[in-house]
Amino acid sequence: MKRKLLATLCVSAMVLGLVGCGGAPASSGNDATGGDTSAAGDAAPAGDAASGLITVGVINNDPNESGYRTANVNDMKEMFCEANGYDAQFAYSLKNDEQIKAAQKMIQDGVQYLLLSAADTSGWDGVLKDAQDAGTRVILFDRTIDADESLYEASVVSDMAKEGETAVAWLADQKLDSYKIIHIQGAMGSAAQIGRSGALDAKVEAEDNWELVDQQTATWSAENAQQIVQAAIDAGKDFNVIYAENDDMAKGATAALDAANISHGVGGDVIIMGFDCNKYALQNLVDGKWNYDGQCNPFQASTIDGIIKKLEAGETLDSKVVIMEEQGFSADTITAEDVEKYGI
Amino acid sequence: MSNANIKKESPFSKFIHSQMVIPVVALLILIVVNLIADPSFFAITLKENNLGNPVLSGYLITILDFGSELAILAIGMALVTAASGGQDISVGATIAIAGSVILRILCGPDGQSLTPQAPIIVAFLAAVVVSMLFGAFNGTLVAYFNIPPMVATLILFTAGRSIAAWINENRLPNIVDPTYAIFGSYIPGIPIPTPFFIAAACVIIALLLLKFTALGTYVQAVGINEKSSRLNGINPKLIKFITFVILGVCVSVCGLIKTSRLGTINYSVIAKDIEMDAILAVALGGNSLGGGKFNLMSAILGAYVIQFLTTTLYKFNVASTALPAYKAIVVIILVVISSPVVREKLAALGRKKSVAKEAA
Repeated sequence: MKRKLLATLCVSAMVLGLVGCGGAPASSGNDATGGDTSAAGDAAPAGDAASGLITVGVINNDPNESGYRTANVNDMKEMFCEANGYDAQFAYSLKNDEQIKAAQKMIQDGVQYLLLSAADTSGWDGVLKDAQDAGTRVILFDRTIDADESLYEASVVSDMAKEGETAVAWLADQKLDSYKIIHIQGAMGSAAQIGRSGALDAKVEAEDNWELVDQQTATWSAENAQQIVQAAIDAGKDFNVIYAENDDMAKGATAALDAANISHGVGGDVIIMGFDCNKYALQNLVDGKWNYDGQCNPFQASTIDGIIKKLEAGETLDSKVVIMEEQGFSADTITAEDVEKYGI
Repeated sequence: MSNANIKKESPFSKFIHSQMVIPVVALLILIVVNLIADPSFFAITLKENNLGNPVLSGYLITILDFGSELAILAIGMALVTAASGGQDISVGATIAIAGSVILRILCGPDGQSLTPQAPIIVAFLAAVVVSMLFGAFNGTLVAYFNIPPMVATLILFTAGRSIAAWINENRLPNIVDPTYAIFGSYIPGIPIPTPFFIAAACVIIALLLLKFTALGTYVQAVGINEKSSRLNGINPKLIKFITFVILGVCVSVCGLIKTSRLGTINYSVIAKDIEMDAILAVALGGNSLGGGKFNLMSAILGAYVIQFLTTTLYKFNVASTALPAYKAIVVIILVVISSPVVREKLAALGRKKSVAKEAA
């Protein structure tokens, strides 16, 4: 009898624990606003809230995903606070279905604006229609989705294809006799991977002296990148460029090169290229250990703020798609100020 | 199989019936495949690394290097499996926690420092303590609350990486220190990767522990029959608890090596899916995943065989996302081979053969 009771207790504790784990990402954001937004069960119509604050729901990816995401999440938190006239709820998840659930809850809570960085590009039509019916205006940021343009007001995104083109154009400017490239890709199918791979693939296709020695996905992981480059070194492959689609993977690649005494960076045997402009990456450029780093601008909050202000004033937007301004940094031209200003 | 039976057999058939046969055969298959495909796989050259130290390089060295974390984990995982009859699936997440603790202490309070702010040994010991605590948490749930290990460790599997990120306040710490880098690369003047020595040290300590204490016997007794072990004066709960704490120590060592390799940590991808490899190492070592008898050395050999497989696949340019699929095939084969039905059939086959031999 005692045992059964204990077992029941354990099971219920477990279930509660799991519910706690699963539910945490969806609701943890309330702490930023004191938590009383979720209590608004009376589903205030999408007009002004009593407090005069603009209510927004922000759905983002897991802040732990990468330095880029951490910077993005912090930027959004800093912008959408009471001091700036916003009453915001935040939800974080890497999973599409959890994000959709969070979105439905926010729509029920009657938020005026739903800001969305979707984990997956598909599956959003239904919930966006619900939003439209409830009078919630949707603004996409960071990532676009496969849905009709009429379902959202605006999208503030990075042009990943352009990031790739900028990087490849920079590489072409180096005027090497031959390009033997190890291409380390991000998680296959993600917008960043498709954009950054696309430009390089096209160039390799078009030029005779450009060659991919190795093309592998390391799913954004430094460890995997290290093993991939290690395997290429062990196989005695000849290469002079490492094109890694984010900074972590570039760092993993250089760890393998360092162990094998292959010089890299400015004046080295191998050109190192990364993306995202983490502080350490830019510092590596300054130190001449890397050659190039492409920016992926995570600071979208002020742009979104501008869009909301415009919409609130009844103005129309010039265009639905707003592309973030982004640049590439080269080891030759980067300054210490750039590291502070653009490093994330 | 009874002892009397084994004595009669030749050394060869003794080997055939020992646990070691599974990892050794797997290793031989991999070696033969690589020999046929490209013998240069086995080439080892002596080079100098960028610090001017002599280092050996080649695929085999890579296997020794990257297989070491797995071998360390396999020690703890084999003990947990034997005692509790289940596996700890939270090791990847707790490695993230251990790594995070180390970097948090090394990088100092603001987390920005590039050079160590505290002795490395202090950071490591803190990680050991934290990992042991998390191991104790898992162990308590399993031993004292009778929750199946996979379910109990699911909690940290889910929450661990967030805890790791929280420890460092979501920053991405970076450390550039030649002394700290040694744990994931080379000791100056010694051409063999440090992780291999660390793994060897862990293995020796574990073997001594099993040899000079009754822990090994106790663990097996608990795994084979909890009730009868209790009747024999062993405290099964305590034994299970201890195995989880030991796994915690193994996890902290892995955290040290992993963070030392790169000098940084990415909470969501560090040691990703390593729990799968660690469990596979135990299974590949011929240990029953249902607990009971275990052989530490064959689990460790299993770990290196898995890294052999991984490195081979990388060599053949298999996409790294496809690696789990290949490992899954190995798991399927192992599980089928070790299932009672197939075992009985194989045993019957073996008996027939020996009967035929005797008749001849």
